[in-house]
Amino acid sequence: MKSGLPLTFLILLLYLLPTNSYGQAGLPQGFIPGEVHGNFQTDLQYYNSDTAIGAPEVPEKLLMRGFANVNYTRGKFSAGLRYESYLVTLQGFDTRYDGNAIPYRYATYQNEKLSVTVGSFYEQFGNGLIFRAYEEWGLGYDNAMDGIRLKYEPLKGIYLKGVIGKQRYFMGSGVGTVRGLDLEFSLADMFDSLFSKTNIIIGGGMISKYQSDQDPIYKLPENVAAFAGRLNIISGKFNIGAEYAYKINDPSAANNYIYKDGKSFLFTASYSTKGLGILLTAKQVDNMDFRSDRTADGSSLNINYIPAISKVHTYSLAAYYPYATQPNGEIGIQGDIIYKIKKGSALGGKYGTSISVNYSTVFSIMKSTINDTTTIGETGTLGYNSGFLEIGDTKYFEDLNINISRKFSKKFKAAISFMYFEYNKDVVQGLSGYGTIYGNVAVADLTFKLKPKNTIRVELQNLYTEQDDGSWVMMLAEYTIAPHWFVAAFDEYNYGNDKSNKRFHYFTAQAGYKNKGNTFTLGYGRQRAGIFCVGGVCRNVPASNGVTFAVTSSF
Amino acid sequence: MKRAGLIVLAVLVFGYGFSQSSVRKIPSVNVKTLDGRTVNTSGISNEGKPIIISFWATWCKPCIRELDAIADVYEDWVEETGVQLIAVSIDDTRNTAKVSPFINGKGWEYKTLLDPNGDFKRALGVNMVPHTFLVNGKKEIVWQHTTYADGDEDELYEVLVKVAEGKSLK
Repeated sequence: MKSGLPLTFLILLLYLLPTNSYGQAGLPQGFIPGEVHGNFQTDLQYYNSDTAIGAPEVPEKLLMRGFANVNYTRGKFSAGLRYESYLVTLQGFDTRYDGNAIPYRYATYQNEKLSVTVGSFYEQFGNGLIFRAYEEWGLGYDNAMDGIRLKYEPLKGIYLKGVIGKQRYFMGSGVGTVRGLDLEFSLADMFDSLFSKTNIIIGGGMISKYQSDQDPIYKLPENVAAFAGRLNIISGKFNIGAEYAYKINDPSAANNYIYKDGKSFLFTASYSTKGLGILLTAKQVDNMDFRSDRTADGSSLNINYIPAISKVHTYSLAAYYPYATQPNGEIGIQGDIIYKIKKGSALGGKYGTSISVNYSTVFSIMKSTINDTTTIGETGTLGYNSGFLEIGDTKYFEDLNINISRKFSKKFKAAISFMYFEYNKDVVQGLSGYGTIYGNVAVADLTFKLKPKNTIRVELQNLYTEQDDGSWVMMLAEYTIAPHWFVAAFDEYNYGNDKSNKRFHYFTAQAGYKNKGNTFTLGYGRQRAGIFCVGGVCRNVPASNGVTFAVTSSF
Repeated sequence: MKRAGLIVLAVLVFGYGFSQSSVRKIPSVNVKTLDGRTVNTSGISNEGKPIIISFWATWCKPCIRELDAIADVYEDWVEETGVQLIAVSIDDTRNTAKVSPFINGKGWEYKTLLDPNGDFKRALGVNMVPHTFLVNGKKEIVWQHTTYADGDEDELYEVLVKVAEGKSLK
């Protein structure tokens, strides 16, 4: 019943505001018809039990998750909603997504200077170190705010944002309240003539959450604030940015209820010119898990977002051990070079050759005891002492990778990649007894254009490691008939598993049709257990065996 | 009452969705340029010539294949049709700093916008990347496609030529 009122409100709006459904003839002069657009997606899976790979019997056999967004726009006014359905949600997603609901609905009025949103919204301050509300459907992640947002531009180049609301918690809202303000100055926008070649952006924000304290033992802060300041200088080929965030003490399940304050620092510098791009990133995080409910678990009710500073790999075996930010403490750097050898040169070939090299490493932060009688991170204490940019002893992650891609002719393209990595599985996945995985990955990605519209693409991947489940090989063949059809088949084979009876093949076949904004995909096969990531946020996917069907549509 | 509301809504939505035949304008949301300026997407224009709006991300392999393929023929397309391609990066703050070095490192000539909060993406109903829209000289969205397979750019080119000549796609 909760969504009954806004729903009625939206339906009324749709009724009251005529649209162009009936054509524009006969409408009064100056009348602007509204527009309705949106998108739709559904994912279905039929499950077979496959005890060998650990895929359980699914009592419902068929599971489904889907949504539809409908947005209405007319001039300065817009409104919309998202209907979501989980009957029952697919394996590997949080089962707290359950049933049917309209968890997302909003109305916005926007003119040149002012934007007012009531209802659900996504927003972020700066890099998100203290606040980011966002969603990733593919991960089942959604911490949309439900409340009111104001955005105001009093003078050109000055941006003020104010938010207040509750965070989405699966099918409902979290208990805490989140409110905040952010102010940003973009000097190039403010003083066009003075800053024609250089832009300086200065910003700062604060976020506070409220949750009542009913703890029988500890006196917990009910209001917790976090502050962040940022500076970004962009001049010609250079771009330098830094953001620093501070959070007052916030004992929570995520930090084992310590009364320590939190800090985070992010620095990026890049140089780029035609044919060459260089990027350096450095980051420190110290006790920055920040949620609107101090008891929240998993990836729910996060107020802030601390980006991981490692490359987002997309080849399946290169992405087998993805890194995820450790909000309780980490320090790391990343370097990236992208270079294009000119076309027509001896090395570059007729079409040129792209090379990219990326390196990242992440360590623990240095922590020391606060006194002789308290262990590090002990509940109900100040936790530990830590400094600024002091590196700890434990390596969490390291990744050195190179990718070379080249188009040889109109009919043949190739890309090869190599990667060395170290992955502290215990730390990154919060487990024990696995230790660090050391490995190498090699990938060849070959594209053969048979006819202008018919293409075969082949991927060959090998992951070599002596730890964990051992080595894997992956082979993929994909045949596309542009612009509508594709078929693909791939096999992942765990040939290096210590236990010879666990050396399984995970074979999958897929076929799909797409037309304009619509795609339909049908698949059958085995899915290995693993970590699936979108844009750097990850979820665990259990092993499964069955038929999948997906539809996406944009209208 | 909720159920009745939903049914009414469904009827309305389908009625709207399928009967809608006329203009779709570029929605109005704020995005950022690579030099940190805030611009409103309703101001996107190409002096009466067509515009390709392509949603992509630095971590999206098919997006990069598509933009690489178009880069090979982009000069010809611009000469023939006056088109401008706007590459809208949906990278979040993990990768926004990478977009400028990436574009330059690739040698792409596209105009680039950053949509880290996904406002433009949501306003255009983009489910996943790559998702490409074609906008005519009157700033109306007249065509779209999602995903990328080698050769898809040929279909885009055919449609682009028609749109540049002011022909209807029907």
